[in-house]
Amino acid sequence: MVRREVVGAHYGLRDWLAQRITAVVMVIYTLLLVLALAIAPAVDFLHWSTLWKMPVMRYATVLFLLCVYYHAWIGVRDIVMDYVKDAGLRLTLYVIVIGALVCYAVWSIQILWGF
Amino acid sequence: MRFSIYRYNPDVDEKPRMQDYDIALEPTDRMLLDALVRIKAHDDSLAFRRSCREGVCGSDGMNINGRNGLACVTKLAELRDPVVIRPLPGLPVIRDLIVDMSQFFKQYQSVKPYVINNDPPPEKERTQSPADREELDGLYECILCACCSTSCPSFWWNPDKFVGPAGLLQAYRFIADTRDQATNERLDNLEDPYRLFRCHTIMNCVEVCPKGLNPTRAIGKIKELLVKRTV
Amino acid sequence: MQLPVRSFDAVIVGGGGSGLRTALELSQAELKVAVLSKVFPTRSHTVAAQGGVAASLGNVEEDNWHWHMYDTVKGSDYLGDQDAIEFMCRKANEVVYELEHFGMPFDRLPDGKIYQRPFGGQTRNYGERMVPRSCAAADRTGHAMLHTLYQANLKAHTQFFIEWMALELVRGADGTVLGVTALEMETGEVMMLQAKATVLATGGAGRIYAASTNAFINTGDGLGMAARAGIPLEDMEFWQFHPTGVAGAGVLITEGVRGEGGYLLNKDGERFMERYAPNAKDLASRDVVSRAMATEIKEGRGAGKEADSILLKLDHLGEEVINKRLPGIREIARKFANVDPVKDPIPVVPTCHYQMGGIPTNYNGQVVVPKDGDAETVVEGLYAVGECACVSVHGANRLGTNSLLDLLVFGKAAGEQVIRDLNEDGRLHKSLPKDADALTLQRLARLDGQKNGERVSDVGAEMRRIMQLHCGVFRFPELLAEGVRKLKEVAGRAGRTEIKDKSKTFNTARVEALELDNLIETAVASLVSAEARKESRGSHDRADCPERDDEKWLKHTLWYKDGDRLEYKPVHRKPLSVEPFEPKARVY
Repeated sequence: MVRREVVGAHYGLRDWLAQRITAVVMVIYTLLLVLALAIAPAVDFLHWSTLWKMPVMRYATVLFLLCVYYHAWIGVRDIVMDYVKDAGLRLTLYVIVIGALVCYAVWSIQILWGF
Repeated sequence: MRFSIYRYNPDVDEKPRMQDYDIALEPTDRMLLDALVRIKAHDDSLAFRRSCREGVCGSDGMNINGRNGLACVTKLAELRDPVVIRPLPGLPVIRDLIVDMSQFFKQYQSVKPYVINNDPPPEKERTQSPADREELDGLYECILCACCSTSCPSFWWNPDKFVGPAGLLQAYRFIADTRDQATNERLDNLEDPYRLFRCHTIMNCVEVCPKGLNPTRAIGKIKELLVKRTV
Repeated sequence: MQLPVRSFDAVIVGGGGSGLRTALELSQAELKVAVLSKVFPTRSHTVAAQGGVAASLGNVEEDNWHWHMYDTVKGSDYLGDQDAIEFMCRKANEVVYELEHFGMPFDRLPDGKIYQRPFGGQTRNYGERMVPRSCAAADRTGHAMLHTLYQANLKAHTQFFIEWMALELVRGADGTVLGVTALEMETGEVMMLQAKATVLATGGAGRIYAASTNAFINTGDGLGMAARAGIPLEDMEFWQFHPTGVAGAGVLITEGVRGEGGYLLNKDGERFMERYAPNAKDLASRDVVSRAMATEIKEGRGAGKEADSILLKLDHLGEEVINKRLPGIREIARKFANVDPVKDPIPVVPTCHYQMGGIPTNYNGQVVVPKDGDAETVVEGLYAVGECACVSVHGANRLGTNSLLDLLVFGKAAGEQVIRDLNEDGRLHKSLPKDADALTLQRLARLDGQKNGERVSDVGAEMRRIMQLHCGVFRFPELLAEGVRKLKEVAGRAGRTEIKDKSKTFNTARVEALELDNLIETAVASLVSAEARKESRGSHDRADCPERDDEKWLKHTLWYKDGDRLEYKPVHRKPLSVEPFEPKARVY
């Protein structure tokens, strides 16, 4: 049987770039959050819930989490690409990972707007 | 000095083994290759490749005390005793320290490592400014010893699909050449999650290159061009 | 015949510069070509050439091929064939420009043209002063060239047989060469490769000396094959000793160091070349410089603990120039001499470097032998190019950078000749004689069956010792005669070599034993030819006859293995179009 190597999917740049951009977003958000907590007079339920009631905080957190999920998707896919050689199994794993990440995204929004 | 060497001859061995040699070195034996040649004079069944013995032909790449390098430019005095020598990792072993490099060369060939220029050649040379020529420094010096690609985990996992540091260094060597006209096709050829983007900047390649070249930087430049082309 | 047969239009034995240049010509003509190489092509010894390739491009200063031709004839000590030398010097620009078009990364001048540097013996206006004629890619010109040629062959879809070692030439009853037998190292299989044209491009045999700049693979395989097939070897007494091999290690330090302004010092710090060659100084021709160095050492002015080396000073060039123009030299000096040339001089000694002699050919690469009163009858089907061939353009001493030029010009010329020959008579494969594989099988069987034999490494070491001691820079009649006697004894031992490892897969012990046979043929040819030539010319310097003797010895030596006999043939003194350069005293 001829083993044909198939490469040339003509993507990869966008993901590679996205991974870097999402990483930058995550770093900025993390620094801001640390700063916010540092300047808060006290970290108790009152301050905490006030912080999370601010719309800007909610939207920033949504952006951050979406970045986390996208970043994670590319990273996990890279690992699967390296170690899982069977295309069928690889696709199944992709579906599971994507499914999980979409669920997490929905769940995250529920949490942020749910209290 | 003691040398522990990976031995495997498919004609007689069922599986690979390590064989120890205790060798009295002469003052003229300065490099690891000198010691290997001395060992071979005693045991002619030890097989390894060698040619120029001065680090320019790229024949004697091997794994020396866990690190890829050329035996002919590895000083014995700087090696930990016992010296453990294995074939380059990640490629099929033909015999002893000799590996099958076809996969490696196939990747090299896949980047079309030659200048593509469809203009009729001028009567004299195609001119190139010294600054443009300098772009090729650190690229054209590659000796194809495979020390880099066989130290790259991404190449270990996907030697059939990932071009590997050596091949990508050469890919950039021709992209960087002002005489070449095929930049776009070359970028098309590389824009692929496997061929180029398996590089995760682990930088083992830079660490081991016996010629001091930097494939990671070349790969970065390719990515930079891809970004420029897209945005 | 027992061996399996494969058929090609042309088989090229050797994947170095000359073989690749010929292969390119043939592949572009869409012939079915097989290139056999003992090593992956870019590992061939061309890769180690450093300084440059000569061509009178005149990019830095006015230059022309007449001056280049004069320098080459003078450098050869008038033993070079002037028709071939004219041919080479006239073609130089064309082949260098072609190489540039293939993608060769030459260094550049501010105006974008190819960078050129001065080199030994390369002068303007017939010896007036040095001229920059050497086209260079830093000090890695051979590396850049070999990779460029390999890449051009990839583009042309040349078929390579990598890690195949050719064993014997196969000749028909009428003497036509019909192909080669070869060993595939990985499997240990032996095969017959039938060809309408067989091109030998196997390089030199510098490994016959103990101290050599040559790679391990330079074992004169083509010379051995030719000698066993009844073809004489020409001018084998002429071996070039490169002035600057790293003392102790033998690794080459390019003449380009001196081209860029470096110079040699004895232990007193004296720039002694001013005494030996007042005009060209350190850039005199290699035989002259090597002899001067050997004289300094002999007379007790050598440097180092044992007073046995000369110092090559280049620190005055400055770190910037060294890093830009001589980066490989800095790397080699640090690794093999433990000195950083930016600060300290490099200890060097004259080291065996290049074989001027070889398989006799004309300037179209066709192998020529004396037959029926004609000194140069073409051997049908056989061609030779590069260091293994003796065209002869280098005569008794080669000029630096002329070897890379030689392989480009004659690699291409031989390719063109093969195409002409195959087109003209539309040659079919001639049938192979019944005993085509007899010698091959007999040699292999002898080696495999040998009991209580000699160790290959011992016999090789003894041969190298004899050559070093008896056939070096300075040659003495008694030592030469004694050397011949001793070497014949060693040749006898080489016929009884034994390998312990008899396995098939990548058996490098078998390869080394087969290589030793070829080395021995070359060594015997060299020593016997040297013993017979009673004059001093170029690299051949005899204590008992210190002068050149044009009356008796302006002729080429031919050594035949059969009967170990010598013949001589005249030098081509008539160029193709210009007036001949008549022999005169050679001063630099």
